[in-house]
Amino acid sequence: MKNLYQSFGIGFALLVEIAIFSALSPHFFTTDNLLNVMLQISITAIVAVGMTFVILTAGIDLSVGSLMAFVGVVATSMLKLDLRLEYAFPLAMLAGLLLGAASGLIAGTLVTRFRITPFIVTLALMTIWRGLAFVYTEGRPVWELPEAFALLGNGRTLGIPNPTIVMIVVFVTAYVVLSHTRFGRYIYAIGGNPEAARLAGIGVKRIVTQVYVVCGVLSAASGILLASRMNSGQPNAGIMYELDVIAAVVVGGTSLFGGRGTVTGTFLGSLLIGVLRNGLNLLNVGSYVQQVVVGVVILLAVLLDQWKKR
Amino acid sequence: MKRDILLHMRSMSKHYPGVQALDSVDFDLFAGEIHALVGENGAGKSTLTKILAGAEQSDSGTIEVSGRTIAIREPADARRLGIGIIYQEFKLVPELSVAENIFLGDERRFLRHGFVRFSLMHAEASKVLSRLGETIDPVLPVRKLSVSQRQIVEIAKALSNHVRILAMDEPTASLTDREVENLFAVMRNLKTDGVGIIYISHRIEEIFRIADRITVLRDGKLIHSCPVAEADSEMLVKWMVGREADREAHQWSPKGIAPSQRREILRIENLTSDRVHGISFGLDRGEILGLAGLTGSGRTELVRLIFGAERRSSGRIVVDGREVSVRSPGDAIKAGIGLLTEDRNLDGLVLQMSILENITLSSLSDVAFGPFVNGSKERRAASELVRRLRIKTRSVETPVETLSGGNRQKVVLGRWLMTQCNILIFDEPTAGIDIAVKREIHALIRGLASEGRGIIVISSELPELLQLCDRIAVLCDGIVAGILTREEATQERLMKLATSYA
Repeated sequence: MKNLYQSFGIGFALLVEIAIFSALSPHFFTTDNLLNVMLQISITAIVAVGMTFVILTAGIDLSVGSLMAFVGVVATSMLKLDLRLEYAFPLAMLAGLLLGAASGLIAGTLVTRFRITPFIVTLALMTIWRGLAFVYTEGRPVWELPEAFALLGNGRTLGIPNPTIVMIVVFVTAYVVLSHTRFGRYIYAIGGNPEAARLAGIGVKRIVTQVYVVCGVLSAASGILLASRMNSGQPNAGIMYELDVIAAVVVGGTSLFGGRGTVTGTFLGSLLIGVLRNGLNLLNVGSYVQQVVVGVVILLAVLLDQWKKR
Repeated sequence: MKRDILLHMRSMSKHYPGVQALDSVDFDLFAGEIHALVGENGAGKSTLTKILAGAEQSDSGTIEVSGRTIAIREPADARRLGIGIIYQEFKLVPELSVAENIFLGDERRFLRHGFVRFSLMHAEASKVLSRLGETIDPVLPVRKLSVSQRQIVEIAKALSNHVRILAMDEPTASLTDREVENLFAVMRNLKTDGVGIIYISHRIEEIFRIADRITVLRDGKLIHSCPVAEADSEMLVKWMVGREADREAHQWSPKGIAPSQRREILRIENLTSDRVHGISFGLDRGEILGLAGLTGSGRTELVRLIFGAERRSSGRIVVDGREVSVRSPGDAIKAGIGLLTEDRNLDGLVLQMSILENITLSSLSDVAFGPFVNGSKERRAASELVRRLRIKTRSVETPVETLSGGNRQKVVLGRWLMTQCNILIFDEPTAGIDIAVKREIHALIRGLASEGRGIIVISSELPELLQLCDRIAVLCDGIVAGILTREEATQERLMKLATSYA
């Protein structure tokens, strides 16, 4: 009930937005287009789930976009190894996800054991992963991948785009984790009052590190999907994604000070921004103007959220 | 009475919810006088100072400064009237220089063409400091200064404002003996300059050395006011403590467990950190042990060490005859030790979380199936505690931030009861809690002891300790100054031990 209420403000804004675009464009409210919106938001929304975990602990992860690119080039390059596809494919996925976990482990360790602020840690990792992606590929994209790989991000299952299915699974799992497990409860407690959480016997450092690992793994999954969508490993993929992701989380009502927020909100936040981009495209609004509009809507959404809380 | 009356506060009253903090108190101050204001915690000293500082408004009463009735509505009014307050915690900016701190907010004096002329500021700062007999380099950042030097900077800050009335709240609490001597020299200088000083201290011996007059407050009432020559320390303690309180203290609660059945549940051996030194004591099942001592005596540090919230440099913790390794609060809880912290809002509760979530936070594994929290089991356990502790709420889902202080304290207590910890440490369990809930909490603590738990209670209110405890250990400057049984303990004796090294 409380979660519903917390998400209501943004849900309302979303309904208004959908109504406006439905009125202005006959192509907007169609099954094809709505599935298209879902596909378009899937990749950032998956990362946004990880980001929600991190922001709930009053942290931030700026490295997600670069990590997506690094994971993308590493995973795709492994597909080109001289191996049979049924070995190369799982190996590439596993390597990508492990790389994401490693990135999260490094970030979490630096934040908790060495007490460097998350902003600085992940800012540094952001440039490190981006740099390594370029070093690893010598600046060239990884091309000519097995055809099956492209299916992962571009195919459909039961008519639904695969990335959207992954997104839904991730959201449902995250919802269960946050509201029905000890881990989830500890995340809220740490974000709400880290010292009280520590004195309640919670292993704050361990939990926070795990949260960064979750974010890293989800970014890696997203990076693999993105590479598949582009059918190539691009070292400059995912530039500025971290900001889109943070915007979605904040618009979804999660507090940057930690302890308050839901993945339901993050889903609606991702959808609000995704619908906006899609609608503006349908209305042939130029990309320069779109940027301005998106920024204004982010501000409005957050204002609405604050106003609701008063 | 030939000297000028600088300040006259007449029949000051102040009521807070649940307490009469001041009950028509008169207080006056002459120029060139040091007037000590003494009393136990909660006697009304700080309320009086806060009113003088403009941080609080009195409900009734008048304030005269130099014979004129004035109103102090906000801190700026106090500053204009030449009233300076030096609080126990310093209000300095560590990264700014000594001079910048002294003239913080007053830089306009040194402006030339829109820029601050630091050479002028430093010269002026040196002048103020030398008036205090100090040679601190005004260019140094404050973070590089010792505690006593910071104190001097605070005083210089007040003086730069042409202060005529200076209130000092426990200025010697964190000073070494030599630094105290320094401070006293400075205070005597100020006296000769005609500044009137209100001196608040728990250290009785210091009061007799430095003060000209003494005013004693107790429970918000003026108890006694006289020149220092007409009092001695025995009389002073008696005024502070009060006879009635003493008698009340002898109404002991019956012990829950017969001494023959008592077994030691906790033993602390030689516990040492940078704030406490070589502390040893034992605690029996069913026993309530009090920890008395002044602010800064190391009581809170000691219990935080026992609970693993801070690192100890040496010492052993023995639970039920077996040494336990306590390196984190998690370890302590596993060993059966729980701590209810002094400031439940700061580090006890997660305020935006519900009563339910706060109660089960330390024992989620008891209501979980693998990683999953069993919602109905959790709710049953929490509801049971809400009932048992009589927490006033409509639902266990209510966020803790909407509860009153007493109910919040019960939520913290609920959490520890749920952990089944057999050793519970209460740091100021009834601070800021009204009298009715206070009695309830006392009854709960006694009940816990009679169930066979070992209890440690820290309190700044001696009557509270005398009512609750079987034994009282008194800390002073980080060491145990003495442990008194309930038969031996009186407020006078406790006070004496607490101030024994001061």
